[in-house]
Amino acid sequence: MQHAFEAGTIIAIVAGVIGYFVVLRRSSFAAHALSDIGFAGAAGAVVIGVNPVYGLLLFTTLGGVGIAILGPKAANRDVEIGTVLAFMLGLGVLFLSLHAYANEAISILFGEILGISASGVVLTLAASIPILIVTVIVYRPLLFSSLDEDVAEAKGVPMLLISIIFMLLVAVATTFSVQVVGVLLIFALMVTPAAIGQQLTKKPVYAIIISVTVALLATWLGLFIAFYEPYPVSFFITTIVFVLYLFVRYAYPRLKRLRRTQTDQPQPNSQPI
Amino acid sequence: MVTKTAETFPNQVDLSAPVIEAEHLIAGYQDKTVWSDATFTVGRGQFVAVIGPNGAGKTTLFRLLLGLQRPLGGVIKIFDSKPKRGNPHIGYVPQKHGIDQDTNIECLELVRLAISGYHWGVSLDPGKERKIALDTLTSVGGEDLAHRSLGGLSGGEMQRIFLAEALVSNPEILLLDEPLSNLDIRRSEELVKLVDSVVRSRNVSAFLVAHDINPLLPFLDNVIYIANGKVATGTPKDVFTSERLSALYGVPIEVIRDSKGNVAIIGVSDRDADFVNPNRCVGCGESK
Repeated sequence: MQHAFEAGTIIAIVAGVIGYFVVLRRSSFAAHALSDIGFAGAAGAVVIGVNPVYGLLLFTTLGGVGIAILGPKAANRDVEIGTVLAFMLGLGVLFLSLHAYANEAISILFGEILGISASGVVLTLAASIPILIVTVIVYRPLLFSSLDEDVAEAKGVPMLLISIIFMLLVAVATTFSVQVVGVLLIFALMVTPAAIGQQLTKKPVYAIIISVTVALLATWLGLFIAFYEPYPVSFFITTIVFVLYLFVRYAYPRLKRLRRTQTDQPQPNSQPI
Repeated sequence: MVTKTAETFPNQVDLSAPVIEAEHLIAGYQDKTVWSDATFTVGRGQFVAVIGPNGAGKTTLFRLLLGLQRPLGGVIKIFDSKPKRGNPHIGYVPQKHGIDQDTNIECLELVRLAISGYHWGVSLDPGKERKIALDTLTSVGGEDLAHRSLGGLSGGEMQRIFLAEALVSNPEILLLDEPLSNLDIRRSEELVKLVDSVVRSRNVSAFLVAHDINPLLPFLDNVIYIANGKVATGTPKDVFTSERLSALYGVPIEVIRDSKGNVAIIGVSDRDADFVNPNRCVGCGESK
């Protein structure tokens, strides 16, 4: 259990940070596609008796670079990406049927962080530190190219390189997030916490902090509850972030408006053009 | 690790040289020439309109100036040097930006990114950058927008932000790609006046791509008119004549001026009809 908390903490931080850029660049579908592509890799690894994480890593990395090279617009090409990921899921199903271990399937699809070993934690840490360092290094050009492609390109930002680096970051972050919530629930760590952050603040740094905090809280709470209840960790994590998102998206703005009219303050955002 | 930016750029740029010089310039891609034989010179502080039908190659001209594309032939020089990417002397306001209603990021952040966003890492002096960004925003009348979200802005407000974004590096050249397209007449006029005031107060050479020449006519120094693979340059008086345009299009064109000095162009085919303002009534004397 202690290992689960350690790994979960590291993964939540990474997912919260990378997730911000996934949401910003509107690449959440591409991120989901990467986890499905990784699924085939994980299932294949199980068939040949290798740690599924390595299969995940290989396939998500290749998939990520592929999406980046196809062009920056590829991240929005739902049809192409959807077709590839459906094929990958099919491959994964084939591999799993060859192996006939249902437990492995459940772990890959829905996460099994409780079973992580000490070496698993070390591997997670070893992959996560470079991710965070690279994120700091590419922070400015990544933010710039995400917000204003053409001006960033005109100013000399190496667009293809940034694209590839970004997809690689997503690939590795996805690989380790799959350990916690599984291939199917990847949004819960990589997208929803960041979406919550973006709803609450206009400053990117604060949004990232909120994203990481939400991911951490959901993971810790999820692990804590799973300790006492016989239900899967990923379910609790997903539910917690979902409820938080609903609140922030719908209830919080109404509360804000209510408070504003009660204190009779002029609304700052309703300026004439 | 430094991206190929202004820093790796030769610092000695001759600012007394003509801003832009083009000689028999040819633009296009490997298999297709878009336009050819463009020869013109632009000096400091000139307001230049870039006009022509869709697909004529106006954006191509910008790409050449920005160093994003190489000319197929001829010469183009910016301050006597070849165009290079990441030129700090050029501020670029592109046609589209990746911003929509859901983008919840502070306007000041975007303007700030234009200052150092092309360097690796994180900024070492965010306070100073924010001040420069705010000052630039104020100079275009956008200080109220600084802390608002990019996603909630109107078309006119957004153009102000994009203009500030282009001006932070104190460029000598401003490229605006169809900034008036989504604005109504009043906002359009405001923006044109704003660009003009930037041109005059900062001695900046501005190139503005537009579909309708008339809102710009009172402020223009020069026109670059691209159509049919050909380029005509000069003052509006020189370029907007029946002879010049007929030669450019290869079909008989008539240019008519109304009492207010507005220009109407007759004889352009349906294909190019969107260039001619469809609301303009020839001979009615009606303008806005």
